[in-house]
Amino acid sequence: MRVEFTVNGEDVAAEDVWPGESLLYVLRERLGLPGSKNACEQGECGSCTVYLDGVTVCACMVAAGQARGRRVGTVEGLTGGEGAVGESRLSTVQEAFVETGAVQCGFCTPGLVVQADSLIARTVGAGGPAPGDAEIREALAGNLCRCTGYEKILEAVRTAAEREQAHGTGGAR
Amino acid sequence: MTADPSMQGDRLGAGADSGADTGIGLSSRARDGVGASPRRPDGTLKAAGEFAFSSDMWMEDMLWGMTLRSPHPHARIRSVDVSAALAVPGVHAVLTHEDVPGEKHYGLETRDQPVLAFGKVRYKGEPVAIAAADHPETARRALERVQVDYEVLEPVADARRAAFDPDCPPVHEQRVGSHPEHGTAANIVRHQPVRTGAFAGGAEVAELRGQAAAVVTGEYEVGMQDQAFLGPESGLAVPAPDGGVDLYIATQWLHVDQNQIAPCLGLDQDRVRMTLAGVGGAFGAREDLSMQIHACMLALRTGRPVKFVYNREESFFGHVHRHPATMRFEHGADAEGRLLYAVLEIVLDGGAYASTTGAVVGVASSLGAGPYEIPHVSIDAYGVYTTNPPCGAMRGFGAVQACFGYESQMDRLAAELDLHPVELRMRNAVGQGSRIATGQRIDMPLPMAEMLERARAMPLPAGRGELEGPADPRTLPGGVAGTSRGEGVVRGIGYGVGLKNLCFSETFDDYSTARVRLEVVGGEPAVLVHTAAAEVGQGLVTLQAQIARTELGVDRATIHPADTSVGSAGSSSASRQSYVTGGAVKSACEAVRARLFALARERGLVEPDHPEDGLALEGGTVVSARHGVLAPLADVLGEAAVEETRVFRHRPTRMLDPTTGQGDSHVQFGMCVHRAVVDVDVELGLVKVVALDAVQDVGRAMHPQQLLGQIQGGSAQGLGLALMEEVQVADSVIRNPSFTDYLIPTVLDTPPMRIEVLEHADPHAPYGLRGAGEPPTLSSTPAIVAAVRDATGRGLTHAPVRPEDIVGIGL
Repeated sequence: MRVEFTVNGEDVAAEDVWPGESLLYVLRERLGLPGSKNACEQGECGSCTVYLDGVTVCACMVAAGQARGRRVGTVEGLTGGEGAVGESRLSTVQEAFVETGAVQCGFCTPGLVVQADSLIARTVGAGGPAPGDAEIREALAGNLCRCTGYEKILEAVRTAAEREQAHGTGGAR
Repeated sequence: MTADPSMQGDRLGAGADSGADTGIGLSSRARDGVGASPRRPDGTLKAAGEFAFSSDMWMEDMLWGMTLRSPHPHARIRSVDVSAALAVPGVHAVLTHEDVPGEKHYGLETRDQPVLAFGKVRYKGEPVAIAAADHPETARRALERVQVDYEVLEPVADARRAAFDPDCPPVHEQRVGSHPEHGTAANIVRHQPVRTGAFAGGAEVAELRGQAAAVVTGEYEVGMQDQAFLGPESGLAVPAPDGGVDLYIATQWLHVDQNQIAPCLGLDQDRVRMTLAGVGGAFGAREDLSMQIHACMLALRTGRPVKFVYNREESFFGHVHRHPATMRFEHGADAEGRLLYAVLEIVLDGGAYASTTGAVVGVASSLGAGPYEIPHVSIDAYGVYTTNPPCGAMRGFGAVQACFGYESQMDRLAAELDLHPVELRMRNAVGQGSRIATGQRIDMPLPMAEMLERARAMPLPAGRGELEGPADPRTLPGGVAGTSRGEGVVRGIGYGVGLKNLCFSETFDDYSTARVRLEVVGGEPAVLVHTAAAEVGQGLVTLQAQIARTELGVDRATIHPADTSVGSAGSSSASRQSYVTGGAVKSACEAVRARLFALARERGLVEPDHPEDGLALEGGTVVSARHGVLAPLADVLGEAAVEETRVFRHRPTRMLDPTTGQGDSHVQFGMCVHRAVVDVDVELGLVKVVALDAVQDVGRAMHPQQLLGQIQGGSAQGLGLALMEEVQVADSVIRNPSFTDYLIPTVLDTPPMRIEVLEHADPHAPYGLRGAGEPPTLSSTPAIVAAVRDATGRGLTHAPVRPEDIVGIGL
């Protein structure tokens, strides 16, 4: 079947999609967007977290056909064009992850930065206060990390929320 | 909470003084050199989702590989018929053991594992056939059509029976390649005894028991733990015009893979070229091969690139796990709490194939008595074959299991003698100059007593009674489920200490190779570091660049992708890469530096009256102590590139004596001390870890930020083993192969972790450093279980602790 939707603001179409394929498979294997990760493909680890019409979901749990005509936002959409050294310019959340040491193997990172982006968008970005630790933990509870013990990830999200609060609106979507 | 550990940032705890204790100087004060915390070079790509992990690779004409696995743990294979599978449209190849071009077996220590099963399957999930097709679903459906005729056999599921019952059927009809001195019983991979003091003279335990004021005995179990890396087993094999193959793969050691793959493919080693693809965590699970040979076989057969990606369920069958252990420990002490003797039996279930079981037994036996001075020790450690899932390397490697046993015993002994658990440990603590049970002297600083005191002195979180207002349910056991408002919740505190060998032990030729190139790029001196060392997330790429900057006094340092076009770097295991590959990079840089000085003299840029040892590299220039800057490196180098390759080895080690267990088998020792604070809902059996604080001596903090990440990450894996992580195996069948049923800690399960880092240099090691990744994984488990015992008063002899153990309705 043919599936059309938008990814990071652009119209895309995937041909010859087998109905059993997930949105994650289509993004990774048919659309050249492997940033969303395939860690469990059971909806347990959050590594494939994407925005679907502005709400975070596990892309592995969405059948490709369910995305038809909808807006999908992936980790690739958080970065903004070319940075100084030819690499993508990172968002505030992505930047904070690298700076604080929240990235080790990095397999959980794309899902976590999308989830953290969403948290900051609906708190600081909606004119509210920066989330406290309990709120951050609850928001990230569906994203597994096996490397860090989460301490640096909490530090990254706190740092990003504070910066977004200082500099204006938070979050990408 | 009295202090927010996360606010420490990159400042280390009170003990860390940026190398003040190390007494080992650095070659230059380069920016972002050794001791600083520069950003990891792959961090931006990883955060942007642009880093190429092994499962992200894609080629226009690639096929998908898939594996058919045995549904039975133990069965004879009468026949395999693939014809119906081959008839499925879109299928390009279906292969069995008959198609393995070369050697039929592989293995890390013992080549006992078939590439594809023949004759017999020995565990559920053993690969029997492989297929390549144009879509993964096509390959899966084709494999469903493979007809395998099995004669099902009784599983050999009980490790103790496998070890000690002479009537137990053998898992392997013929023993392959094992050392006869490690035991000749059919199902024993290795038996390693250790005997010291009176036990070396043949004394019976009864003689010593009579002299002890306090005796404690216990039986302990450690469950099978999964490494649960997030990046699944995956890789891409590309056939090459020369008849060889290029393999892009996530692994821990490229060259040991190559050594096993090439003979099975019937190819010379240089025709199996390997490049490290992005690795999504490892923790030991990538030491053994998974789909490497399968992908190469299918690529060579079809002439097309073949990609494999295991899903999570398959991953549970696709790699080895931590050995489950049953342990019977007896300790005796005098009235003052000084240990007199220890008698320890440790049985480790190695599952169907040997993997690293022999080495795991070597660690469990040599470190079984822990970091305690005990005059009379008798240890028997066994690694056995069963038809359970194969077990091998996982962070902590044999020391984790023993640590849970001896630390549980220390707590029981302290209770028996009415001593504080820290006091009992201090009275028996090893230190520099002590000998462990193998007779090996600890010839480096190991300030265990100081570490214990620091752990005890760390601020405690506020007690429930000290908090204002009703408790936020999110902070209680049960968490967001809101199962308690504080009723039935009891607090407990526990301690744990672990001793870990670092680097490979027992005569292993444990070297690494580094190639370092210095040249002028865009007017600036730039270093390129090339090794085959596997970056698995730990941050070795950052460290290599830091070392190059420090040794060569330049800002720009780049890490070449790891591949087999340079010599072996050894494994990213055993906390060894900072030491060994770090040592190789340092050594290659020193050789480059010597050539630079020679070049500077040749070119007349350095006066002949400057003795060479007065020269140094700083800020991209050659400097001397007397005259300051002599010449920019750009002038010394000109158009030339200086490149040197060096091999680095740590000091040699010895095998343990097969009957006495004596011998200097280890290179280096690492230690971590944990203090855990828990709240337990004693009615529902739920645990909330409130704090998990640690003190670790790392010799030198090479990259303080990454170091804290290692200690916190290792502590969290220990938390998992203490409270939730166990691969449930019944009748040799895994019952919970998913992240729905095998739970690893989430951010809600993991508490704030305050870390104090000490830096007492190891004079034998580069920069005085000590491997840091494994020790925290040992000590956090017993500390947490001790805290739960403290809260509940229950014995709790099984890790992980289960709710039914806490409420007392255990089986």
